[in-house]
Formats: sequence, C-alpha cells, structure tokens
Amino acid sequence: MKYVDEFRDPELITKAAEEIKRLAEPKKHYRLMEVCGGHTHAIYRFGLKDVLPPNIELIHGPGCPVCVLPMGRIDDALSISADPHVIFAAFGDMMRVPGTNGSPLEHKARGMDVRIVYSPSDAIKLAKMNPQKHVLFFAIGFETTAPSTALTLMRAKSEGLHNFSVFCNHVTIIPAIRAILDSPDMRLDGFIGPGHVSTVIGCRPYEWIAKNERKPIVVCGFEPLDLLQSIVMLLTQLQKGEAKVENQYKRVVPWEGNRAALRAMAETFQLRPYFEWRGLGFISQSALRIRDEYAEWDSEQRFHIPGIRVTDPKAAQCGEVLKGVLKPAQCKLFGKECTPENPVGALMVSSEGSCAAYYNYEHRKAALVANIGSAA
Amino acid sequence: MCLAIPGKIVEIASDNPHSALVDVVGMRRKVDLGLLQDDMPVSGDWVLIHVGFAMSKISEVDAIEQMRTLEMLGESEAAVQEVRGYGLEEPQDQQAS
Repeated sequence: MKYVDEFRDPELITKAAEEIKRLAEPKKHYRLMEVCGGHTHAIYRFGLKDVLPPNIELIHGPGCPVCVLPMGRIDDALSISADPHVIFAAFGDMMRVPGTNGSPLEHKARGMDVRIVYSPSDAIKLAKMNPQKHVLFFAIGFETTAPSTALTLMRAKSEGLHNFSVFCNHVTIIPAIRAILDSPDMRLDGFIGPGHVSTVIGCRPYEWIAKNERKPIVVCGFEPLDLLQSIVMLLTQLQKGEAKVENQYKRVVPWEGNRAALRAMAETFQLRPYFEWRGLGFISQSALRIRDEYAEWDSEQRFHIPGIRVTDPKAAQCGEVLKGVLKPAQCKLFGKECTPENPVGALMVSSEGSCAAYYNYEHRKAALVANIGSAA
Repeated sequence: MCLAIPGKIVEIASDNPHSALVDVVGMRRKVDLGLLQDDMPVSGDWVLIHVGFAMSKISEVDAIEQMRTLEMLGESEAAVQEVRGYGLEEPQDQQAS
C-alpha cells in the first residue's frame, strides 16, 4: 500500500486489513460495489486493492455525475449558449468534457462566453454583473450539489433576477442503484454507500436495499481507514447472514440527513419521469427537473432545446464496466483510443470515473514499471 | 465539485444570517449557511463546504483530518483553488487554466 506511513493510524489500518482477511471465507468470492466516484478515486489513489485478499473484488459504481451525463445534454446547453447574449457558466469539472463539437473550453476558444464558477451563488453574481446578458448555469451532480442549486433558484426568484437560468442535470443515486441491482448480469454481495450524498439524504433511503434485496450497505467516509472499516462491517454482516444499513461515517452523516437541504430540493425540483444515463441507458425517475413555479429560471422551459441524443461509440463498453461485468482495462478501447486526455467513453472523462482512476494509478504505474524493466 | 472542504466560521454577516466569512487554510471567503438553517453554526464552528455552501457541522479534529484526507487524495490544491474562486475573486482566464 503506497501511503501507509502517512496514514493517521497505521496500526489501525493493519488491524483492519487483518480483520478483513480473517472474515473473508477463502472459498467465497465477494463482490462489493462502492457507489461513489470519490471512493473509486480513493481506492486507486491509496492502492487499497493491495491490502485486500484476492477474493474481495471492488466493483466501481455509477456515482460520478460528470461520467454519467449524456453528451447530448452538453450539446443542448451549448446550443443555447451559441447566442452571443448568453454566458455559459459551469463548474471547472465540466470544462473539458467533450460535446459533439468539442468541450465548453473549446467553444470558449472559438468565441463563446464560457465562465468557470466554483459555486452556483457566483453564477447569480455573474448575472448581476452582466445585466445585458443571460447567464445559463449548467447544474450537475447528485444530492451533494442539488441543494445548493435549489437555494440558488430560490434566491433568483426572491430577488426577481430575470437574466439567470439553470440548465438542470441533477440526478439521484437511489434509482441508479436500483437499475444496477435489476440488471440480469449483475451479482453483488454488498454496497459501500456514498458519504457526502448521504449527508443530504441520510441513511433511511437505503433501507430497501437491505430489506428487499437482502444486501448489506455501509455508508462510508473517504479515508483509507474508513474504507477498510466499512469492508469489515460488510463482511461481518455477510458472515452472520445479515443485511442492514450501517453508518460508518457518523462523524459527518446524520441518519436523517439534512432536512433543510431536502426541503429546498422539494421546493424547487420534481422527479423527471425518466432520464438518460451514459452507460446505463434510460432510468425511470432518476433525475430532477425544475418545478413549474420556477419555470422562468429553468433554461429548458425558457429556451428552445434541440433535445440532441448522441449514442456512445459501440466499441466503448462503458455500460459493462459500470455494472462491473468488465474491468476498465478489459474494454477494447481502454488506453488506446480512450484515454483521460482524449476520452471516448463516459468513465474516462472525470478523475472520479473508474476508467480514469484505473488509468491514472494502475495503468501508468504498470507502464512505468515496464519501462524501468526494459531499461535495466 | 464533489469535494468537501473543511472551513472555520470567522464571522457571520450582520445583515444576512445565512452568509458567513469562513477561513480555509488561511484563505477567507464568503460561504452560504442556508442549508444549515435548522442547526445554525456560530463563529468558531467548523463546517464542511460543497460548492460554496456549508453542508454539515463537524468537529475541529475531523476538519483537520478532512484536510489531510484531501492532501492524501491529491485534491488539496483543487480544494484551495475552488475556495479561492468563491465570489469570482480571480480573473476568469486564470481560473480556466
């Protein structure tokens, strides 16, 4: 494990790793999904696979919002922003994500007014600073960022700000987990539950996974010790034949979530009947749209949207990787046509995507070792 | 965007109880407290911040650990850049680089 000496409690890490080895029955093969892209990044970054026994397989889930966004959504928003009176504002993560005719950053280079904001509040500020223009805020993220967009919409309405709208791409985590569990080629033994999404939604929404699907789920923090402790908790449940929701990340996640955040979301958003996810296809009630009471601040209700649909190249096997059927390196395009510099598929787009994380930490490391080997 | 950045509340705005000046590794920026309105923090409290909004209150020990986790993840620079950018404080071209 790469950074073991830097960890807060190296002894606890070693102890947790030993506990995992003790709990994992040698004849069984465990498939545990970490839902959140932040966890996927942490697992590769910390080299956690090196301390896990080989019969514990971590499957990387759909919790990277940039990765699961269909390219057509970017094209739609950029088509509105082609109007010179529109400013396209988005988080930095979105800037290099390719649309059909290039990323927002490439559109900026061709003259589009594209701005990075670090907070939706700043998109409002941008609108006030540019009263002669319209600011389109490209909102993206799971329940972690949706409440901030919700409060921003409420503020725009209360302040009567008319040159601002939100192009809403917020998605919700539970339907994605359901879609994965419903997939016929999927076999999972348990879930490492998302940390910061759960700060908002709490732990209760996961109860159906335990009750109906009989799978354990442990809401988990982002330190190496958090991840290992969560795996211990999952294996303990599996050994006892239990399926419960447990909260390993109690220091941040309250069981009931953040009610003020949920109220703000309920005030401004409603579920879309369906939404397309890159790699997973259409999932019912899996995304948020802006309520009619806020129609004036909804880019999709305010502007004509072409509704562009772009299918991923058939050779890109993102869906199989997302569902854990294939490992990133088993995709035909991995590391060849599809790299973090030139992503073809969804999972190579963001550092939290499993292909990009695998490429950055495992693939590059292997290439380095091979080079050293051939030079020696 | 999915980063949770720890910060210490330095001052709550007198004209807007939902706006606070927060210190993140020596950098001070305005952060929105609207999502904590059921359990409002006070000056000196630590919070976890997502995209300019405080999302949860945490202990000082956990705040320091969170910063260390970000460092270990190689994300501390991105976190600092994000916080620096709150309030459109930097020229846009620098942010885009």
